[in-house]
Amino acid sequence: MSQTTAFIVDTLVHATPLMITGLAVAIAFRAGIWNIGADGQFIAGATAAAWIGVSAPATIGWLALPLALVAGAIAGGIWAAIAAWLRSRFAVLEVISTIMLNFIATYGASYLVRGPLQEPTHVFPQTSSIVAGAHMPILISDTRLHWGFILGLLLSVLTWYAMKYSATGFRIRASGMNPFAARNAGLINVPRVTSGAFIVSGAIAGIAGGVEVCGVTFALYENISPGYGYTAIAVALLAGLNPLGVIGTGILFGALETAAGTMQRNAGIPATTASVIEAVVILGVIGIAQFRSRCSVSAT
Amino acid sequence: MTSGMEAFLEGVVRTATPLALAALGETVTERSGIINIGLEGSIIAGALGSVVGAAHGGVWAGFVFGAVCGLAVAAIFALFAVVLRADQIITGTAVTLLALGGTGTLYRLIYGSAGAALNTPTLNPAAIPFLSKIPVVGLALFAQPSITYVLYALIPVVSWWMYRTHAGLALRSVGENPAAAIAAGVRGKRVQFTVVLFGGALGGVSGATLVLAQAGTFVEGMSAGRGFIAIAIVVLGRWNPLGTVLAALIFGAASALQFYFQAIGTNLPYQLFLAFPYVLTLIALAATHGRVSAPAALGRQDLELE
Repeated sequence: MSQTTAFIVDTLVHATPLMITGLAVAIAFRAGIWNIGADGQFIAGATAAAWIGVSAPATIGWLALPLALVAGAIAGGIWAAIAAWLRSRFAVLEVISTIMLNFIATYGASYLVRGPLQEPTHVFPQTSSIVAGAHMPILISDTRLHWGFILGLLLSVLTWYAMKYSATGFRIRASGMNPFAARNAGLINVPRVTSGAFIVSGAIAGIAGGVEVCGVTFALYENISPGYGYTAIAVALLAGLNPLGVIGTGILFGALETAAGTMQRNAGIPATTASVIEAVVILGVIGIAQFRSRCSVSAT
Repeated sequence: MTSGMEAFLEGVVRTATPLALAALGETVTERSGIINIGLEGSIIAGALGSVVGAAHGGVWAGFVFGAVCGLAVAAIFALFAVVLRADQIITGTAVTLLALGGTGTLYRLIYGSAGAALNTPTLNPAAIPFLSKIPVVGLALFAQPSITYVLYALIPVVSWWMYRTHAGLALRSVGENPAAAIAAGVRGKRVQFTVVLFGGALGGVSGATLVLAQAGTFVEGMSAGRGFIAIAIVVLGRWNPLGTVLAALIFGAASALQFYFQAIGTNLPYQLFLAFPYVLTLIALAATHGRVSAPAALGRQDLELE
């Protein structure tokens, strides 16, 4: 395999979790929910998928894969639902609660891979490998690229269509743009719509965790997410919160992370530089947007 | 002779000190209507800055340079959130990401990939005569590194400034009713810019405390969410300086519990204790709902100030 092919494959493998978590963030932000917790929801999803993947009996065969992914979605959804409930019931700022839940998920996973879910020899802080039936099929033979990438594309297109053309998508956009207008225009139960979008967002981040376990790691480790949920914010914002745009920005950041990894190995440039670039992208996007809107305000 | 209880209380105050410093700064910032989620970034920048400063000019140079680094990070936040009036939440998240990644990168560039073998001068506990002899709480309150005493001094100063001076009144009016404040001639943006910098500087001192009074070295990501916990502490402390510091003690206790349980030996998983402060944050925020009122204009980006 040529170096170029290897780079492209690695980029798409890295892009998959970024694309899907970016999609999760885009949905939440569109609804006016600052979900900084895609990381925790990803870990919750990965944990649930690994649990199903490890404990599924071999007799159910390939059914283990959809079961693991659904479990991931449910776990991610539940993890987001905690923050959604705290927000709607107690007006707890979701920025704080989702970040706290990220830490709790990290320690929770750490406990599980050193405790109840640890591999049988009790040497490594990880679960046993998931059963073969839960493995995501490979997309291009002899590479690591798996069908999770295609699943990410499908989810993006589906979300784009739903946001643009369905009544639910309209309610979400309306609630996010102006919750007061949305409520006064009638027929939109804003808290219910935003909580729903929050939970869906978590479920999608949970799917990303499931896809990572079933397609890449085949086990649950400590630190299974190197901060995907935070990169996802840059992915979503650079895409202008457009579900289709997330495909492009996800691949862009996948390439960035792949290059950062290579640079660290070959040139000693720390991989943490990638998060600096992500932050600069976010600041650039909002800075330009603010600057433009201020120019247009003063022009009128 | 230190009993188990005295050791626990000493741990409470020690772990509460950096939280209280950061939360005190954020209290002042939030009173102006700005919520600085980038506080976490100021803390980690202050931690790295303190290592660099202390290596060149000793412990107190470390604190000063830590404060400068925290302030610099806050200046980026202020540029976007105050001057350009970009969304405070997104700006703060980006600034945190920038500082966490930037400190990791700079640390490796300055000290190489090994890094850990640093000999940073540290601040030893300094017992205050007589006061440290008070039974039970004496050692906990008055045998701490001197940065804790700086915190004690800051509480009345900040309270007095906020509630008893014209500048403090101007600050609170911008946070409560910007339109009225501007009509009265207050330069809203300038006030917000200044207090964001103040909050960032205290965040930097908080990070410096983690290094110079506790860990003795820099570790990537060592702020470990303290900036976000500090924001929760501000809510719990009802946006007032003394309340904030008392609320920080509760979180100090939550963190100190792990040392206590380690000492007495228990079968409970250690991750439970590590996660406890974060769980407590959620519970505290939910429990204070409806009984506290935030500054009326907190987090509003749409307000044009002057």
